[in-house]
Amino acid sequence: MRKVAPAGSRLVLEARLTNMKKFATIIFMYSFANPLLYLLAIGAGVGTLINRSSGGIDGVPYLVFLAPALLANAAIQGSMDETIFPTLGGFLWNKTFYGMNATPLGGRQIALGVYWAALVRNVLTVVSYYLVMMAFGVLKAPHAWLAIPAGILAGAAFGAVMLAFAGNVKNEDHFFTFVGRFIIQPMFFLSGTFFPLDSIPLYLRWIGWISPLWHATDLGRYLTYGHDIPISLVWIHILFLVAMIVVGLNLAIRAFEKRLAK
Amino acid sequence: MSEELIVARGLTKKFGDFTAVDGIDFSVYRGESFGLLGPNGAGKSTTMRIIGATSQRTSGDITILGKDPEKFGPQIRAHLGVIPQKDNLDEQLTVTENLYIYGRYFGLSPKFIKGKVDELLEFAQLEEKRDAKVESLSGGMKRRLTIARALVSEPDILMLDEPTTGLDPQARHILWDRLFRLKEKGVTLVITTHFMDEAEQLCERLIVIDRGKIMAEGSPTDLIKRYSSKEVLEVRFGSEKNEEIAEKLKDKCERLEVLPDRILLYAEDAEQSLEEIMKSGMHPKTSLVRRSSLEDVFLRLTGRTLVE
Repeated sequence: MRKVAPAGSRLVLEARLTNMKKFATIIFMYSFANPLLYLLAIGAGVGTLINRSSGGIDGVPYLVFLAPALLANAAIQGSMDETIFPTLGGFLWNKTFYGMNATPLGGRQIALGVYWAALVRNVLTVVSYYLVMMAFGVLKAPHAWLAIPAGILAGAAFGAVMLAFAGNVKNEDHFFTFVGRFIIQPMFFLSGTFFPLDSIPLYLRWIGWISPLWHATDLGRYLTYGHDIPISLVWIHILFLVAMIVVGLNLAIRAFEKRLAK
Repeated sequence: MSEELIVARGLTKKFGDFTAVDGIDFSVYRGESFGLLGPNGAGKSTTMRIIGATSQRTSGDITILGKDPEKFGPQIRAHLGVIPQKDNLDEQLTVTENLYIYGRYFGLSPKFIKGKVDELLEFAQLEEKRDAKVESLSGGMKRRLTIARALVSEPDILMLDEPTTGLDPQARHILWDRLFRLKEKGVTLVITTHFMDEAEQLCERLIVIDRGKIMAEGSPTDLIKRYSSKEVLEVRFGSEKNEEIAEKLKDKCERLEVLPDRILLYAEDAEQSLEEIMKSGMHPKTSLVRRSSLEDVFLRLTGRTLVE
């Protein structure tokens, strides 16, 4: 009997990276152009107005307040793209996962391989965003660099859950509409992204509490400019995101294995 | 007798209330080309997925290379080359990249795969397309690439699920030629098909499956000898008249089948049957004399045609 290569998810990662190289220019442009555009338009543009009328938010200029939220959002969106598209492709469009599963690789390795590739993209997104933020001079705290691991954590958390979600999609018809309208939009606007979470009515505030974007944003503000929150809340943010990774990955692996064994 | 690579006994697969594979027994020996012939929905692909160690049986026993796929799935898959019914190539990558990453899935070294690529491209007649994106290939080319891809790990068993379904006649013949070469080299082939000509061309031994059960087993010539006559006469009298005329034709042959559009008369000498029919004053609109095929075997066994 032939031996089966250990850590097969590494082989899936390798294939995913080969595939991603085909889109390298787009990914790279997106990683830099996106933060540049957002920070210029909303931060510097809208920010000037806000600063002039109210002297900023949370004791800092608007751009300083906004940038950590945009960083977290970019991490989340990038990880989502890099988990949803390969997963729908693998199960529905090209059915490449079935080809992988005809080799010694199983659902677990395939799910993890796709996930590792999304993390690679995630690191690239977060680091480039951070560099742009640095150029805009919005990093105020001495330990601001910790926003990099925090951003990666946010992307990793959301990516894990979206991997599990996409792994269960049998029919893409309403999938993108659903994700856009019921997950991305409310999360983007109601996670304390553009204004503090406690400035929205209580009956909407729960959306922020269950939103990885809010946890990551609040954490990012704490790290980049010293946003004043109790240390216990810092830990809640971290634990919430870690829990999303653990639950998401377990559900994803189960979904992939079950689906391939049909 | 040579080594048994696959042994199935009472193999059963149920999906809820539906029994897709219903207690089948068969063995596949090293170096032979073994076929599963049956109409769509007969349980062929399900059986293939069980042999492919990706789908688990509901009951019964099966070993592949002496191992139980329920316990040794990845190890068994390391020895198989699978060509699925629908190609699942990575369309964004080139021909060579597809071969390369697939070899990597088996944990093969980059050096080994790179040494193998030229040979595989030559076999698949895709040398000129080596750097082309898979997206741009024709259906026949994709099929040949899928076969080449399955060979990258030098498998003990090559499994082909409906290898030529959806291809035009020319592409089919090229593919058959490639598969025939593999057969000559002694590669063990397991093939499912609902084309009787494909089964006759490629399979040394086959099982005829219908509704999850084995109806017959043997070589194509064996089966034809056992279940059909040497020749067949096909006559058409027009769709309304076939039934009524069939009664009068019964004594002109060994056996007959009435299909919606034609009557099949089974006889040792079909020319002679036709002459007798003409002599007794009946004049079919069209007539055709041919040798018996697996299609006739299937019709005899199940009362239905293969392609419906």
